[in-house]
Amino acid sequence: MTVGVVAVQGDFAEHIAMLNRLGVATREVRLPKDLEGIDALIIPGGESTTLRRLFDLYGLTGPITTLASSGLPTWGTCAGMIMLAAKLTDSRPEPLGVMDITVTRNAYGRQVDSFEADVEFPQLGEDPFHAIFIRAPAVAAMGPDVEVLGSLEDGAPVALRQGRRLATAFHPELTEDTRFHRYFLELANPSNEA
Amino acid sequence: METGTWELKAGLAQMLKGGVIMDVVTAEQAKIAEDAGACAVMALERVPADIRAAGGVARMSDPTKIVEIQEAVTIPVMAKCRIGHFAEAQVLQALGIDYIDESEVLTPADEEHHVWKHNFKVPFVCGCRDLGEALRRIGEGAAMIRTKGEAGTGDIVEAVRHNRTVQSEIRKIINMSDDELPTEAKRLGAALELVQAVKREGRMPVVNFSAGGVATPADASLMMQLGADGVFVGSGIFKSSNPSMMAKAVVQAVTHYRDPEIVADVSKGLGDAMPGLAVRDMREGELLATRGW
Repeated sequence: MTVGVVAVQGDFAEHIAMLNRLGVATREVRLPKDLEGIDALIIPGGESTTLRRLFDLYGLTGPITTLASSGLPTWGTCAGMIMLAAKLTDSRPEPLGVMDITVTRNAYGRQVDSFEADVEFPQLGEDPFHAIFIRAPAVAAMGPDVEVLGSLEDGAPVALRQGRRLATAFHPELTEDTRFHRYFLELANPSNEA
Repeated sequence: METGTWELKAGLAQMLKGGVIMDVVTAEQAKIAEDAGACAVMALERVPADIRAAGGVARMSDPTKIVEIQEAVTIPVMAKCRIGHFAEAQVLQALGIDYIDESEVLTPADEEHHVWKHNFKVPFVCGCRDLGEALRRIGEGAAMIRTKGEAGTGDIVEAVRHNRTVQSEIRKIINMSDDELPTEAKRLGAALELVQAVKREGRMPVVNFSAGGVATPADASLMMQLGADGVFVGSGIFKSSNPSMMAKAVVQAVTHYRDPEIVADVSKGLGDAMPGLAVRDMREGELLATRGW
């Protein structure tokens, strides 16, 4: 299995290091040709406005939207989650619309309001996951097919799954905890296809 | 729930990697930078080339200017304080700036000490000419480093020198045995634990951008190939003849730095790059990079 990691800007190297530690082959995706033959795709953290501009500039918008909508297992972290959304509560940038969620960018304020928190994810086992939220987005609304995997104490959902699409408002790739990456790989494993 | 932690400070820099941070002096310029794909902007009253030309004492920007730029864009907004001027840094933190650059481009407020950056919730980026300077800044709490180059010149020579120096010192440490590290730490004037971190991680322990002299897409590609995690472009964008096109071209050259055909393509028809100042022709007192201790 080869996991493509969008490498136009952001912390793609951290995702790649995590996947390689798990023994998974990866490919940096900068142009449409890099998408050929991948079995899953990760859109990393970065700046969503920047990612959106660069997707258009490099011709990635159409191909990634098509692939993610037609069943390619896809995971977005933070800016990546913003990209996957159907709608944003502010006017820009226009998301790809591949997950039935509405997202608010920079939902908690500026950088001084970024935070770390322990979050329970029943799918990952008993131990909470230490989640790092950096200028993080929040989910304002979601469709009936979207499953909440975990929430903050105030009830705000921070990890969601719709079919084989995964979105997290935080950055598992910045920790040493590989459980979310393993969860995504399981989701992406073709033998687990529903 | 915790805020202002080291992970959050260093983590924001991770999000900026592979990106271009552009100096802007107006809300309009900030929008041009954001539209071109900049991953952050540096809010200033004057770009370094104009700070040089104006002479006198260069200070933190007027908060009115900074707020105007914060309101214009949604990407992170950085701003500069003078070296050692922790009160300016406090003001910038109060304004909700996303990253503070304790910068040699402004006139230093303290010629012996830098800001103790661990006291702040907001992260700091600092300049360096070599690994020792970088590790001293990290020891004081800088969560991101940039090699200094020579700001406001459009001459890449110092950026290359500082980047090569840092990378070669890192390679040297990687090949040292553990018992050689204390002496190397002493030589560098840096904490042993940070020198050990360099050996363990095989790189600068925080994100390391390149600054001070990038004026063309090829300059940006050069710095990325020399090992930078991203680039700052100061005067290079808005002192060029077509800032919007230059900004887009530099952004693309940073993403595709290993693909010369793309760098060639985006370099076409950009008009004039910023008028340069050759560092070799400058007097010692005109150099900004020597500020910092």
